[in-house]
Amino acid sequence: MTESKSWGLLAEFPNPARLLKAAQATHAAGYRRFETFSPFPIHGMDEAMELPGSKVPWITLAAGLMGMATGLALQWWSGSVAYPLVIGGKPLFAWEFALPITFELSILFASFGTVLGMFALNKLPRPNHPLDYVPRFKKVTDDAFFLAIPASDEQFDLEASKAFLESIGGEHITVVEEQNG
Amino acid sequence: MSAHHAPQINPMLPPEKLKKGLALAALLGLGGLAATGAGYWMGEHEQFYGSWLLAFSFYTTIALGALFYVILHHLTRASWSTGLRRVAENLAANLPLMALAFLPIAFGLHTLYHWSHADAVAVDPFLKIKSPYLNETAFYIRAGVFFVVWTLMAFFYRRQSVAQDKTGAESHNFKMRKLAPISMILFALTLTFAAFDWLMSLDPHWFSTIFGLYVFSGSVVSFFAVLSLVALWFTSGKSELGLTIGNLHDSGKLMFGFIVFWTYIAFSQYFLIWYANIPEETIWYQVRLSNGWQNVSMLLMVGHFILPFFVLMSRHAKRNRLVLGLGAAWMLFMHVVDLYFVIMPTLHHHLHMHWLDLSSLVGLGGVFALFFLLRFRKVAAVPHQDPQFQASLEYDNA
Repeated sequence: MTESKSWGLLAEFPNPARLLKAAQATHAAGYRRFETFSPFPIHGMDEAMELPGSKVPWITLAAGLMGMATGLALQWWSGSVAYPLVIGGKPLFAWEFALPITFELSILFASFGTVLGMFALNKLPRPNHPLDYVPRFKKVTDDAFFLAIPASDEQFDLEASKAFLESIGGEHITVVEEQNG
Repeated sequence: MSAHHAPQINPMLPPEKLKKGLALAALLGLGGLAATGAGYWMGEHEQFYGSWLLAFSFYTTIALGALFYVILHHLTRASWSTGLRRVAENLAANLPLMALAFLPIAFGLHTLYHWSHADAVAVDPFLKIKSPYLNETAFYIRAGVFFVVWTLMAFFYRRQSVAQDKTGAESHNFKMRKLAPISMILFALTLTFAAFDWLMSLDPHWFSTIFGLYVFSGSVVSFFAVLSLVALWFTSGKSELGLTIGNLHDSGKLMFGFIVFWTYIAFSQYFLIWYANIPEETIWYQVRLSNGWQNVSMLLMVGHFILPFFVLMSRHAKRNRLVLGLGAAWMLFMHVVDLYFVIMPTLHHHLHMHWLDLSSLVGLGGVFALFFLLRFRKVAAVPHQDPQFQASLEYDNA
């Protein structure tokens, strides 16, 4: 009954080094969707969790190229199709004068792509999360270190995973309830 | 975070490795110089001076890029750059050698520089106006000042750093840091005016205020290319220097960054001249966009920016020894093309390559590498007593 409603399991660890070890052990045990939480970035955590490389750079590249195309098209269309006026004896379109704007729009689009792509991949903004309802979890912005295994992990099993978290030194292991609405 | 033990470091370059490098450098140096000398003897005087200026500018800019790295390191109190600093110190210490390599240019002054002919200046109002700056005496005096200033700076930083290998005292860092700001100012001024004197004045009517920065940006790219190649060589096979792929990655990142910087400066120069469309300025590009030179210009745009930009952008590329090595070698070739693009159109109306270009580059390069490598015989290859040395090895900022 509780299993169907639970979001997953949350365990607390006393310091960053222990959390790092726990992340390694959790990955070694076959969990793939677990998360770690700490008040500050922990060097080596990406490697410990064996996270794959981020997909954001590809979004940045695509957005940057789109910005480039937009910049070129905008200047070519406005200068030589919509308003073909000779200014300063310059050609209606030339890559020389088009380059600064093209560059700026590439950067602008790439930056927006990076930020928005990061938000989208992280499924942000998200005003609430089941973990917010665990009272101890509030300490995560101060001095506590957590590891969570969501029920969506293929290897998740309430009892077995609970026992596993205990075996790697997790404290205050909590079953996190799914919140509706 | 990881509290593992620091690996045992042997800061000296293995003698067998060094011996191989020295032998190759000596061979290339002797062969190249002999061929270049033969070319001069065969009567190719004009071509010899042009080719020698190309080779001289190529290696001088690399040594200057190294000096910039050393000064910048102390100016910003950096720690990440400590591991590879000795390479830069030893490269910069080649600057007095470049003073020697400058002699043929001084002898060939009348062949290379139109403004050095009194009769030409007499009938040319523009050259007359410029003559208080552009005259033989002032040219020699400035060249002397450049080399004295560079030699003093290169020797000072290397001497302090080598002395620290023995004492391990942090007082050396304080001394170097104290002189870094004035060194940087002197570096900027000398490099700018050297670029004006030796390269821009090849076409004495033409001027571009950004030209010093243009030469500087190419110089830093080629230095980081050399740094990457040397670091790859240092860490090939069994290496006990302690250098990691992280240090190579840093060198590659800076090379990549300055490739973009070079493009920015090169475009800025071209863009403003294109836009203003004043004949005395556009002539320089007009020459370089006709008679076959347009191919060199195109190669420069594609090879010095577009290709390396996309190849070296990825983190994986810069952490891959083969890709980084090929990229660095390619950028060195592109630096030759860049200087070729600046120098040679004043010599040849039509695009024309000569074997003396190659022999000068190989010959002077061999000697340059020889003196660079000789400095590793008795001195450590890494500044292992610098308080920041260990930290610079442990850096691996993704």
